[in-house]
Amino acid sequence: MANHVLAFAESRGGELRKIATEAVTAARALANAAGGEAHVFVAGAPGIGAKTNTLGRFGADAIVVLEHPALADYNPEAFATAMAERVKSGGYRAVVFVASAQGKDLAPRVAAKLGVPLAADLTTVQLTGDKVVGTHPVNTGKVIATVTLTATPAVVSMRPGAITAVESAKTARVETMAPVGDPSASKVKVTQTIAGNTAKLDLGDAPVIVSGGRGLRAAENFKLVEDLAAAFGNAAVGATRAVTDDGWRPHSDQIGQTGRQVSPNLYVAVGISGAIQHLAGMRTSKTIVAINKDREAPIFKIADYGIVGDVLEIVPALTAAVREAKGSH
Amino acid sequence: MKIAVCIKRVPEMDVRFKIAPSGTGVDEAGLKWDMSDFDGYAVEAALQMTEKLGTGEVVVITLGPDAAQETLRKALSLGAARAVHLKADAIPFDNFAIAKALAAELQGGGYDLILFGKMSIDSSNGAVGPMTAELLGMPCVAAASKLEVANGKGTARRELEGGAELLAFPLPAVVTIDEGVARPRYPSLKGIMAAKKKPLDVKPAQLGDVRLTVTTMALPPERPAGRILGEGVAAVPELVRLLQTEAKVL
Repeated sequence: MANHVLAFAESRGGELRKIATEAVTAARALANAAGGEAHVFVAGAPGIGAKTNTLGRFGADAIVVLEHPALADYNPEAFATAMAERVKSGGYRAVVFVASAQGKDLAPRVAAKLGVPLAADLTTVQLTGDKVVGTHPVNTGKVIATVTLTATPAVVSMRPGAITAVESAKTARVETMAPVGDPSASKVKVTQTIAGNTAKLDLGDAPVIVSGGRGLRAAENFKLVEDLAAAFGNAAVGATRAVTDDGWRPHSDQIGQTGRQVSPNLYVAVGISGAIQHLAGMRTSKTIVAINKDREAPIFKIADYGIVGDVLEIVPALTAAVREAKGSH
Repeated sequence: MKIAVCIKRVPEMDVRFKIAPSGTGVDEAGLKWDMSDFDGYAVEAALQMTEKLGTGEVVVITLGPDAAQETLRKALSLGAARAVHLKADAIPFDNFAIAKALAAELQGGGYDLILFGKMSIDSSNGAVGPMTAELLGMPCVAAASKLEVANGKGTARRELEGGAELLAFPLPAVVTIDEGVARPRYPSLKGIMAAKKKPLDVKPAQLGDVRLTVTTMALPPERPAGRILGEGVAAVPELVRLLQTEAKVL
């Protein structure tokens, strides 16, 4: 019976990423609906299997471990071939990825090897009878599409952060798997993994984002944004496209239509007017604060709380007040 | 060097969308259309590569209704040599069906490089490029933010959450393009005139079964209207109070 569900557990540098628990949680829910088991696939250098024993707590019945020295870095071809092989032989109703940079690369390869479409970047997913139905923001988040997948297996990727990882006491059994073919013969090779500042929270993981725009007037004034982020303690720093195009910040910090799409608990827009392209990247944030000198700026239309005035004066005062509030807890 | 670039016609996003009476799509009345943003970067990257080499050909391919030919003409006006229109009544949502139709056209085309945008700006799946690579049995790099090609080999950079990776691969290959690779040029009047005479082949799209569909479309809930708390530093205490007591994020 094809009613098991396989989740992909992402790792980097020999460690599982937190989003792996989101994939397992989604797979557990689908497996419950299908009346099957939730399995997890993990691949990496020898030792990666030992890092996965916590996944049972998120509802995995079995962990399928592929270890090989040539898999220390992400190896798209070897990962995709092995995972597709496992799905073909294992009786799976669905396969779940998280649409991270790696998941976005791997999921369509696995789907194509299985000869099925991919329902990508879903914010919800459920199994309804013989169909898998999910929701997927389209047109830069301005429209929500409900999509229906009639192929078996149903291959889906979930938007990072859309699934809240839920613990459910289980002890997973471990199954080891051998590579399919020689992983060191893959045509595409990762030659280097560049770690960003590891002390820095990623935009996708941060509960608070402080973001700056041209209203800061000069690159050196971005220090104010960094100071405010530091005061929150759990914040990442973002930027508008104008700012990354001018080289004030790296392109990887850009939030918007062609940059990162984020939905933190709190988004603080500093000196950002709110061009439609920027709003496309942050409009789903839970609470939005805007600080801008122009009362008519579009950012104030979607901000829960706004302050009109000079960011160079207001932001340091806010930083001090946040520090004080944090200290009083 | 022969480069194919697969491009998509999408609505411009700078509008308030309405849902069509069918409930499964957006109302197209009054929408303006253009090449998807990332596809524009891919076309520019391809043009720059052939210009730098001083030799080669850029072929643009799209799948969709007749109106998609406007998007092909735009790419021709930018400098592509010829275009292929895979005709379908509408663009299906099923990315594997699209990949199959594109692979059927690309197979045996003798391309050294096949480029895509990393995703379309409307349906935002990012799946067609890697799927086409799988069907063609070609190496693939998805979402390259840097791309260099020389002597039958390529190198690329991909942005990760909090990092990046560098990759090496042999040609022929499929690469999907992220922002940062190249900033698109604007069409010149001369380019627009020349585009009218460039070859544009029309063929039926071999889509096959469609197994991923949009069953409903809806607008997301509106955000409640914002509140301006005040002006200048004086408004900061009230903001902090609301972040603590109302939004409960501090």
